[in-house]
Amino acid sequence: MIAIVLYGLRESVRRKMFAVVVVLTVAFLALYAWGVHAAFRDTRSFVGPGENQLDPDVLAGAIVEGLAMFATLFLGAVLSVFLTLNVVRGDAEAGLLQPLVVRPVGRARLLLARFAGAAGVAALYVLVVYFATVGITHWAGGWSPDRLIAPGIELAAAVVVVSALALAGSVFFSPIANGIGTLMVFGGGLLAGLLGEIGRAIHSQRLQSIAHGAWWAFPFDALYEDALHRLTVDTTGFAEFVLTLGPFGGSHQAGTPLIVWSAIYLGLVGAAALVAFSVRDL
Amino acid sequence: MPPVLAARGLEKRYRRVQALAGVDLEVAPGQLVGLLGPNGAGKSTLVKIACGLVRATGGTVEVAGAPAGSVQARRALGYLAELFRFPAWMSADEVLTLHQRLTGATGGEAERVELLELVGLPDARRTRVAAMSKGMQQRLGIAQALVGGPPLLLLDEPTSALDPAGRRVVRGLLEQLRERGTSVLLNSHLLSEVELVCDHVVIVDRGRVVAAGTPAELRREGGVEVETANGTRRFADARRADVPRLVRELVAAGEDVYEVRVVTSTLEEAYLEVVEE
Repeated sequence: MIAIVLYGLRESVRRKMFAVVVVLTVAFLALYAWGVHAAFRDTRSFVGPGENQLDPDVLAGAIVEGLAMFATLFLGAVLSVFLTLNVVRGDAEAGLLQPLVVRPVGRARLLLARFAGAAGVAALYVLVVYFATVGITHWAGGWSPDRLIAPGIELAAAVVVVSALALAGSVFFSPIANGIGTLMVFGGGLLAGLLGEIGRAIHSQRLQSIAHGAWWAFPFDALYEDALHRLTVDTTGFAEFVLTLGPFGGSHQAGTPLIVWSAIYLGLVGAAALVAFSVRDL
Repeated sequence: MPPVLAARGLEKRYRRVQALAGVDLEVAPGQLVGLLGPNGAGKSTLVKIACGLVRATGGTVEVAGAPAGSVQARRALGYLAELFRFPAWMSADEVLTLHQRLTGATGGEAERVELLELVGLPDARRTRVAAMSKGMQQRLGIAQALVGGPPLLLLDEPTSALDPAGRRVVRGLLEQLRERGTSVLLNSHLLSEVELVCDHVVIVDRGRVVAAGTPAELRREGGVEVETANGTRRFADARRADVPRLVRELVAAGEDVYEVRVVTSTLEEAYLEVVEE
């Protein structure tokens, strides 16, 4: 199993995928540092400290870190999709999979190993970028999230769910169709979260129901929103209201049932992929 | 000794297409069996079922006494697919190392060196797959299939990308494997190759075995030719057993006989006769 995990990891490294990701991520972090520095400076200039019970550093820090989390989630999701989109059907069509499948490792172990490799890389990437943005935000404005570790873990878990969906999709679809489909599902999940936010703002029960259903259907959005919620979980007053609006989908507590469901969901998607792969003719 | 590969009543249906319709086939220990048939006859499907890549819809296949596709069965076989690829970024040594790990082979570097020498790639250890010709990749594929010294080798068109020299290397390799006691099921379109190396030939057409036997058994006798002082005389319906009588009759008739040839068809002619029926 470890041989397959390492095979997947080395494939990513040798295909220079990591080099591209590292260069672009460094560019993103540099731009983020520049932007967050400007955000703190400009916010302080139009909201004086202590005025209207709105701390400018909390406002700027929470908003830019929330934006960074969205970007991190997006980059992590793209990375996880590209690491998994061709694992079964794509590799089988290319003739790469058959020599591995006939070995006495078992299809289930093969799939789990490929998942572990891809999801592990994507989750690690998200954690590194998340903590880098938190460090940059603290350096630029002295602001830190109310909860430091949990948002990063939830963000990483969201990307792991996306990895599982892409891996399951790779059993059924060709790489391009799978990549497009998974990213559309990802976008749809985030859009549903945004609709829920609009629904709460305009008191639309229907929009909120759609968002709630999407949380259960695609729990990566629930994990993302819960992670955002934990950034400012101890913030109160007007700042709390402003921050609840949040960037790209708002911040809301998912609650224990949804977090537990995310773990079950991961298992169900994985089981579906394993069953489909075990009966697939190659 | 029990067969290393035994297919009984094997069936496979892909929706409306009946790829295999009750195939029986056995490969004995140390036997080199050639699998022949036109495109779409079901040869690759048969091999893939034996490897566990494709599920049969009927019948059974056992590899070394274990159901095809089981871990025990996969431990007992090496496979070279008709269409295969290794990651372009890997070197030949890395490909073999990966397959050693997956099979649990303990041969280490010595086995990898030996296998590359066996397939005629002694200097390619550090060569990346991307830099290899198709023929080199095919040889590497054969080396990969031999990792761990499996008792059964399933080779699906192993010489399709090889030049004549490469084919000769593979023929030599197959003969070495037979001497070692390795069983081989060779799926090939190259009848001359099959005729040269295989102990037993199975011809499949439309998912059924239409002929089977040794190459000599499959070749048909096609008459007798006798060189006489008056030229070559052909006896189209005669067989080997008729030769003494024919010679006696010709000599009695005053003919001088210089040479007698029993005419046999090639495997190719026999094959075409069977699949065109």
